Order: sequence, then structure tokens, then C-alpha cells
Amino acid sequence: MTELLSPDFISALQKVLPERAILWSADEKRPYECDGLSGYKALPGVVTLPDCLEQVCAVMRLCKQYSVPVVARGAGTGLSGGATPHPEGVLLSMARFNRILSVDPVACTARVQPGVRNLAISEAVAERGLYYAPDPSSQIACTIGGNVAENAGGVHCLKYGLTVHNVLAAEVVLMGGEVIEIGGEAPDQPGYDLLAAFIGSEGMLGVVTEITVRLLPVPPTAKALMAAFGDVEQAASAVAAIIAAGIIPAGLEMMDTPAIIAAEDFVQAGYPRDAAAILLCELDGTDAEVQTEIESVSSLLYECGARSVDIARDESERQRFWSGRKNAFPAVGRISPDYYCIDGTIPRRALGEVLLGISELAARAGLRVANVFHAGDGNLHPLILYDSGKPGEFERTEALGAEILQLCVRVGGTITGEHGVGLEKIDQMCVQFGEAELEQFHALKAVFDPEGLLNPGKAVPTLSRCAEFNAMHVHHGELPHPELPRF
Amino acid sequence: MPEDADSAVAALQESVIRAAQDGEALAITGGGTKSFLGRVSHGAPCSVRAVQGIVHYEPTELVVTARAGTSLTELENTLSQSGQILPFEPPGFGEGATIGGTIACGLSGPCRPYRGAARDFVLGVRCINGRGETLRFGGEVIKNVAGYDVSRLMAGAMGTLGILTEISLKVLPRPACSQTRTFEMPEEPASELMTSFLGRSLPVSAAAYLDGVLRVRLSGSEAAVSTAAGALGGDLEAEGDAFWSQLKEHCLDFFAHDLPLWRISLKPQNGMMRLPGKTLIDWGGAQYWVKSDAEFEALVKMVRPYGGYVTGFGGHDQDARYDVPQDAVLKLNRRLKLAFDPAGILNPGRLFPQD
Repeated sequence: MTELLSPDFISALQKVLPERAILWSADEKRPYECDGLSGYKALPGVVTLPDCLEQVCAVMRLCKQYSVPVVARGAGTGLSGGATPHPEGVLLSMARFNRILSVDPVACTARVQPGVRNLAISEAVAERGLYYAPDPSSQIACTIGGNVAENAGGVHCLKYGLTVHNVLAAEVVLMGGEVIEIGGEAPDQPGYDLLAAFIGSEGMLGVVTEITVRLLPVPPTAKALMAAFGDVEQAASAVAAIIAAGIIPAGLEMMDTPAIIAAEDFVQAGYPRDAAAILLCELDGTDAEVQTEIESVSSLLYECGARSVDIARDESERQRFWSGRKNAFPAVGRISPDYYCIDGTIPRRALGEVLLGISELAARAGLRVANVFHAGDGNLHPLILYDSGKPGEFERTEALGAEILQLCVRVGGTITGEHGVGLEKIDQMCVQFGEAELEQFHALKAVFDPEGLLNPGKAVPTLSRCAEFNAMHVHHGELPHPELPRF
Repeated sequence: MPEDADSAVAALQESVIRAAQDGEALAITGGGTKSFLGRVSHGAPCSVRAVQGIVHYEPTELVVTARAGTSLTELENTLSQSGQILPFEPPGFGEGATIGGTIACGLSGPCRPYRGAARDFVLGVRCINGRGETLRFGGEVIKNVAGYDVSRLMAGAMGTLGILTEISLKVLPRPACSQTRTFEMPEEPASELMTSFLGRSLPVSAAAYLDGVLRVRLSGSEAAVSTAAGALGGDLEAEGDAFWSQLKEHCLDFFAHDLPLWRISLKPQNGMMRLPGKTLIDWGGAQYWVKSDAEFEALVKMVRPYGGYVTGFGGHDQDARYDVPQDAVLKLNRRLKLAFDPAGILNPGRLFPQD
């Protein structure tokens, strides 16, 4: 038994939770040792699986009383180590909060528990012609509670927004067991927009136990087209031209040659293997609307230098176009023993510069990179190919990832578009933010969790950690001695 | 940053540091067009007007960054030249309105239920907190989850967490086509029709009911608008879309009336809320404007069962006319205020009573 999990705490825990809601043995705890970022592992002190609000409150009350760290967990599909357990703490799994509580077909909202899968919401309301818009690629498995913690996006967020735009209210248990309601179905609630602070807070402020989401009508028509380019810059300028023409596509995705080839080898989506980049563009709305937009977009694509533009003739072809993009990660997984997904966002105008920078950095590191890009909103996912079996290769991969993120910050972007900081990008936070901002983040955290028991060590680095990191690294893209050549 | 805006920020920073030392409250103002909003806050005037100018605008990135003192009109004119708009259609309530004041007040126009609120379009801010530190949160990109979302928290905070000095916003193309349909109909079916828009794929961008007439604005591509107009029926509004800007700016005759003006925000539902006084229903049923001499408490009692909130818009005794968060949440609000402004000098009491 570890130091923080005292016998007193454990017997108190056993009083408030049924036996089946507590996992002690290493074997039972093993499935919880990491999230989607499996490079970071820790066996939790204890796993709890509450199934009602009272149990969550009781766990949170005891943890505060005994100063035990708490890490909340949804499906564990996150990619930044946000749900990596604390070895001496409680892993609070919300998996048993898996019910859709109610659907309001008039206000077009649904009240759901946090352990409900993202896609399950859309499936449950499909018969009413409604759906929940944010669609992270893990939507078949990831939970809405995890989406709230990470402010999850997806391929449709340029037009339909992120989690923060599609969640109206939440019930939250604070450290200590107090329950509050934040947000609400009436617009513009009094006081501060605490919901905005909670969404994307990576489980640092409280545990969400109920969520009210906004539902949207399913668009009557969706059509996709695919354009091939001989040059990445042309593809980027085509994206700018589409938006300048006043068209906001439902999805706008770009892939570079290595990603195209990997996807094509895997699912035969019909991508041209010799293209420097392909652009997938989906337009949705009424039939008439989509038809006119398809015509405008395809002529814009040609004007910007597209070698070919294919319009999906039917639904199955549309699905096929998307299958390559949606399977890009596993496709890359087939051509390399391991891959590491990076999640920077950049102003789109810097795409050419960043891709060039990435290929130079990768060459220097002796690693290969395939790029998939949410082109509409500037969210870039370089996939670094590596082999964890080769000594030192994972470390080189992590270092390359960090350099790529610093490049994103340097061109005016950010170190994480949708995956969160977690444990993974904690050092890069020191690049993006200065001391005063980090202190402000800590002060905000302390409002909700003064003892720092919720998800300790994640999302926001301590100042001393940054001082150490910055002593060795670049800050705000400026090297300590810019006049010196570096390799 | 040009020197004058730069030095204006430095001057603001200095006054905050001084005020924090002396424990003297500051009353932050932009154009002063929305000073009637919020609770009464006493303090030395602290104007952000001199911090002005558009810093960066790249239409194809759908992002604009402007200093807080930039006039709303100037910003909207600049966007308009590239065929773009502030999607949340903010009211200015007067010529001098600034983008800083607009975001600080967090107000959104008639399109709010369909396109989103002011906070939905905030991507990043620069601000001065109550310690006099200049801070930057968020950025100029649409997707960004690094750190807590402090930028969005600033929307509607009425300057109580920090003085906004620069704001980055997501912008959208101006819809190619827009028209307003009118329907003369009784309240009940009007209410049902309005709420039905939330679940239908129609390019509705505003819906309001006044004096027995339901007005619905359709905005989008020409094809989308004409198909929807055919499907909805009704009559084409002869005066075009003027009604909506008059509604947004409170220039309709409805608002000229002498009685106090109340804003009620509600969960959209079928059936009209019966409220004392003359009523204009906005936001497809989620926002009621009420001209009434009813007491604040009486209105609160009527709307609370429906999850509603009451805000006084203009009038005399401001403190008695402003809803505040309930108990536990109010406690968190107060602590959050202190986390940004430990000396309690930035617009103290404007959003909720200090203690």
C-alpha cells in the first residue's frame, strides 16, 4: 500500500462504494494504466467505478479529506496523457455513467451522462433527424465526458464548432464533493462563463457528472470532392480561395504524399499516389445549395492548379473518399512499427513554411513524417514514424515532436489544437506561455481545487519546471543566441 | 504595435498597478455606450479608447485581431470590404461602441441561436489583470486547447477579470443572400413555428415575434434562401432586413416606450411565456424583451421555473435589476474574480455584488 492511500482512507472508501466499484489488484488495474498515449504508463493506486452522483461526491469528499490525488477517466482514448493515472491516487472511471437521460426534441438538446460515447448520442437521436456535431476521429469509443475535458473537435468543426460550442450545461462535482450546475439552456447565464473555463480544462477543475448538449438537424445532403495537387502550396492556396469565396465547407482535409500512399495501400480510397497533396472537401446543406457550391468549389480548385477534381457520384463513393482520411492513422501504423501523432495548429498561410520546416527537422532527426491536416482550421497532425524497438528512437521522436510544436508557436500557432496538453506537451506550455500567464492559470485552478488534488502534474507546468526547461530550450521561438548556427 | 497604442497599454498598466497599491477602484470604459448595463460600479474612469487599431486581418484565415478601443463600426467596415462579418451580430447601442466593450459585455444580436454568441467567436485576448500584468491567452487560430480558455471567460465578464487590450475573433463570410418572411399569426402557433426551426435544416438566421407578426430572416446562398422561402411561405418583408438592425440596436418603436426595459433569457420551448407588460420575442423564443414596471423579484419568480434569467436594460436603480448566479456558483464567481484581481479594483461589483 502506498503512502497516500492510508488504511483509514481505504476503509472509508469501502464504506461509501460497493465492492464491485473498487479495483485493487494489479491485474484489474492494468487496463487503466495509460490512455491513448501509451508511452506514459502508471498503475493507479486504486480504481473506482462509481455509478451514481452520490458515490462520485463521496469519493471526492474522501479524497479531499485524506489529500489523495484524483484522475478522472472516460474511455481513455485521449492522446496527450491527460488520463495517465497517479500511482498513489484514485483513478475515477466514469464508465458506468453511460445513460442518455433525456432528449428534448423541442429545444433540440439531450441530457447525457459523461460515460456516453460520442457517437451513441447521434445514434440515439438519428430517428428524429438530429445529431451531435463534434466528431473526433475516436467518436466510436470516446466519451462525451472526455470530450468536455479536452474540448474535442473533429473534421467538421470549421463549420459546426468544437465541444465548447455544442455543450450548453454541465453538472460538476468539485473537489470535496460539492455539486454545482454550470451553464444552462437559457442563453447568457448570469456571472462568469464557468462552462467555458471547464470545457478543455483536462479534468483539472472538477468531475463532470452530467452534460447537456445541443443537437443539430442532419443536413439533407452532403457531397464530397477530392482534388489532387502537384504542389502543397497550391493546395493551401485553394483552401484560402474557397474561404475567400464565402464558402464554409463542412469538412476540408489535406494529406501529403506519404499519408496518401499509406492510406491508399491500406483502404484503396482511389487517391492519386503521385500527388504532392490531396484536398478532400465536403459540402452540406440543401440539395440546391450543395449543387451550386460544388460547382464553385471545383472551378476554384482548378483555378488554383488542381491536377484533377473528382466529385463523389454517390454516397458510397463519398464514404470511399473519406475512408482514406479516416484511416490515415492506422494506415501509417501499417507502414511503421510505431507512429507518434503531433497536434499543432498554425495560421494556414504558414503551411508551406511549416511543412518544409518539418521535413528539414525530420531529415535531421533521421525520421519519416506523414502529414494530415484539418486544412480549414489550421490543425496539423504530423505523424512521426518510428520503431520503439530501436534504442533511442522514441526519445528522438519525442524531441522531433517538441521541435515541430515549437515551430507551430513560432509561426503564430499553438502547441495543441484538439488533443490537449496532458503530460505530453507540458514542457511546450513553457514555450507558448510566459510566467505571468502560467501563474494566472494556477490561480484559476486554485479557485476550484486549492490543494491541487485533481489530475496533478498535467496541463499547466509549474514555474520551476519551466525555468528548468527554458534554460535549455528556445522561448517564443527565439533562441538564446540567434546568431549561432544550430543543427 | 504603433507607439501610441503601445504607450496607451503601458499607461493603463501603470494605472492598474497604482490602483492596486492604493486599493482604488477603476471604472473601465470603452465607448461608454453600454454603461447602462450591469450593476453600479464606482471607480476612477479608466478609458481603453486610446488602445485602438486593427492589428491583423487575414480574410482567408477567418480571423481578425483588433485592439480593444477599436470602434465596432470601423471593425465591421473593414470586414465588410472583404465580404465578411462578425457572426454574432453585436449591438453597439451607439456610435462610439468599441470591440473591447462589445466582448466585455458579451452581447449578441438576433442571429445568436443559429450562429452563436459573442463568446463562441472569441479566439484570443490580450489583457491586463488586476495585478497590472499584461497577459495573452488563446491566439489567432480556430483550434487551440493549450491552457484554460481564459479568452472566452472574458466575454461577458464586464471587465471584472481584466482590462481587454486586444481581441482575436473568428469571422465568417457575409451570407450571399438574405430575406425576411413575415407571418401574421397568433402567439401559440408562432411560438411553435419558431422553436421548430432549431430542428429543421433551414437557413434561418433570426426569428422574432412582435404585435401579432412573426418575422423570420433567411440567410445563405441564393439557392438555399429561395428554397427555404418557398418551403416556409409567408410574405416577403417589404422593408427588407431593416427590422433586424433596428431590433438589435433597440431602435424599434417598441423600445421607445417610457417603461423600464427587461431582458429575459429562457430555454426555448413551445408556448409563450405570459409576462406583464408589452413583449417582443427574440432569438426564436429564447429571449424576451419586456417593457414593464413590474418588480424585478416578481419577474424572476415568473421565469425561474422555466430556467429563465432577468436582466435590467437601462433604467434607474441598476443594482436591483440584475440577476446574479446562485449560491455555490456565486461563491466560485467571487473567488475567480479574486484570482484575477486580488485587490478587487477592476469594475468591482459590476457583474455581481462583491460580498
